[in-house]
Amino acid sequence: MNVQPSSGRPVKPRVGLFVTCLVDLMRPSVGFAAVKLLEDAGCIVDAPVQTCCGQPAYNSGDRGTTRDLAMQVINAFHGYDYVVAPSGSCAGMIKAHYPELFEEDPNWRAKADALAIKTYELTSFLVDVMKVTKVDASFDGSVTYHDSCSGLRELKVRNQPRKLLASVDGLTLVEMKDSDVCCGFGGTFAVKYSDISGAIVDAKAKNIEAAEAPTLLAGDLGCLMNMAGKLSRDGKPIQVRHVAEVLAGMTDDPPIGVAKAETVK
Amino acid sequence: MNVHSTSPEFKQNAARALNDSQLQKALGNVKQGFIDKRRMAADKLPEFEALRDSARDIKNHTLEHLDLYLEAYEEKVKASGGHVHFARDAAEARDIILTICREAGAKTVTKGKSMISEEIGINHHLEAHGIRPVETDLGEYIIQLRNELPSHIIAPAVHLNATQVEEDFRRVHTHLDAKRDLSEPVQLLTEARAVLRERFLAADVGITGANFLVAETGTSIIVTNEGNGDLTQILPKTHIVLASLEKLVPTLEDVSQLLRVLARSATGQELSVYTTFSTGPRRSTDADGPENYHVVLIDNGRSAMLGTSFEEMLRCIRCGACMNHCPVYHAVGGHAYGWVYPGPMGAVLTPSLIGVDKAGHLPNASTFCGRCESVCPVRIPLPKLMRHWREREFERHLTPATVRSGLQFWGFFAKRPALYRLATRAAMGALALAGRQRGRFSWLPMAKGWTKYRDFPAPQGETFQARWKRERKGASA
Repeated sequence: MNVQPSSGRPVKPRVGLFVTCLVDLMRPSVGFAAVKLLEDAGCIVDAPVQTCCGQPAYNSGDRGTTRDLAMQVINAFHGYDYVVAPSGSCAGMIKAHYPELFEEDPNWRAKADALAIKTYELTSFLVDVMKVTKVDASFDGSVTYHDSCSGLRELKVRNQPRKLLASVDGLTLVEMKDSDVCCGFGGTFAVKYSDISGAIVDAKAKNIEAAEAPTLLAGDLGCLMNMAGKLSRDGKPIQVRHVAEVLAGMTDDPPIGVAKAETVK
Repeated sequence: MNVHSTSPEFKQNAARALNDSQLQKALGNVKQGFIDKRRMAADKLPEFEALRDSARDIKNHTLEHLDLYLEAYEEKVKASGGHVHFARDAAEARDIILTICREAGAKTVTKGKSMISEEIGINHHLEAHGIRPVETDLGEYIIQLRNELPSHIIAPAVHLNATQVEEDFRRVHTHLDAKRDLSEPVQLLTEARAVLRERFLAADVGITGANFLVAETGTSIIVTNEGNGDLTQILPKTHIVLASLEKLVPTLEDVSQLLRVLARSATGQELSVYTTFSTGPRRSTDADGPENYHVVLIDNGRSAMLGTSFEEMLRCIRCGACMNHCPVYHAVGGHAYGWVYPGPMGAVLTPSLIGVDKAGHLPNASTFCGRCESVCPVRIPLPKLMRHWREREFERHLTPATVRSGLQFWGFFAKRPALYRLATRAAMGALALAGRQRGRFSWLPMAKGWTKYRDFPAPQGETFQARWKRERKGASA
């Protein structure tokens, strides 16, 4: 682990892990992988009591509930040097959208701005803030990487995960066609417009398969569950994991959507 | 009244489109060509991103002072011998156009490609009053033969293949030899040109749209690739320009900046093949041109968008890049949107023009992937505006009851972290237990939409927060 303090950053920053509701509920191992990566990078990590960033309400047009949840997050996380989420979508919600929720409330607007400025998606935090150039992990085989939309377009997360993956011993990254095209998840969209979502993830699954890598990685659990669910439904034996699991060298848990006993190599 | 909309049936339209194998094949062409060509054109121009900024600024400035520029424009058109008519809505616009056509004694009207003419349904109105409208853009000509709306704002017949066009030509061009060979696209093109050439020469009035109206000079500008627009506006004695209010820009200098992003964003061309400037009727020294020059400036809902969060939508220069890059458009095509404007720009504009009660599905049927905004030449924040529509729907209780109650249920827990931790701990424990055999569910009672197309991965079991408390916080928490 190679840590170079950059100007204005504490040597051992206190990081509040915004674990995200999906990781909390569905795949806590991703959260612990994030904790390991952050601690290896020299951070002191804490995970305060939390629920959700409010995105489901926000994207359903329910601004009131969204504001309530945003205030809850702001209160829970204001004391840390940084807030880091293993998700471009949730980090993007805090960074790009919280401030505009409080356009007419200068007091909360200031608090939202303060939180937004210190909130990062995991891989971009490691690379851009902590200046991590190498992770202590090995992974035998090739992987392909899907760029989740919010991280890519709201937070410009593209090179950071690739840079870190390149430092994993034994890992080869094979780019799929249209890695930057949406997987069709879109939160509640996947259920509300399931026919369209199904068609979009079908196109994505074809591109994943064509990359001929046995493992698919991405930085957002929502997209990963969508793609993993589609691949398993179609009988494609592609292992699907959050990028943090591989970067942390924590791949003992079965891939997404695979039972413990059934783990395939 | 505007053209009839099937936007309320978006879901059914989409399902039909997804099962239409011919359409799905045609949509494959959108996914490839447009995107690659735009990318190459943008990459070749170092100042492309800066030009997008200035394009945005030009349009914003114009919208802020729209009243002044409209007045200045009207004056200039009059000074050059033309007429300006203001139409508040589609019905007024149709009346004005019909009156001008009647004054010209028109039997046949040729038309250049114009989305606002689709919006006001002018073709059917003219037909109903004994005047024959003839679309002269090849794609528009084809869909006119089929009595369809365009499925794309710059490629109206992109949903069709050559065989379908051949069938239409054989059905309609009955004066031609039934045994003629139309197996090659170029033969279809040649036939359309020959048929249209006669129409151009016979037309009494030519109707075009406008990509821009220039306040400084009173000029209307069209960009085309087929040259049909020029023949439409130069050959007949009367030229009618149809344009919505937001087509205005202050100066020729502004237009030249906007033109640099328009074709690149649309088709990846540096400029379209023809960029035609028209200022007033033919002057005594002109070699050709119409004797009468009319501009019908149509509001039809635009002025009501000014000063609202949807004002930004009025920057749109109709390049089509948003739909070219949209995964939802790629999946269902343009007709599913159920009205004149498809894709992300349609998802924002349509509710403004026909009402969110009718077009409510459109801004909801988006994953918010943001690819549209990332390519918009005038930087319209399309996902944000779609979200604004969702907020309006939520405020007006137009959001489906199941979604509202689901949100309420989830919100209740999400706002109570301690309760949430207990409840999710129990729920995830149970779900993990149920899914431990296979690691996934192929059916879940609350998520049928999800499990119709994909499995639902089972949770690992203990939640992160429970494990964190147990391992890290211990007694301190």
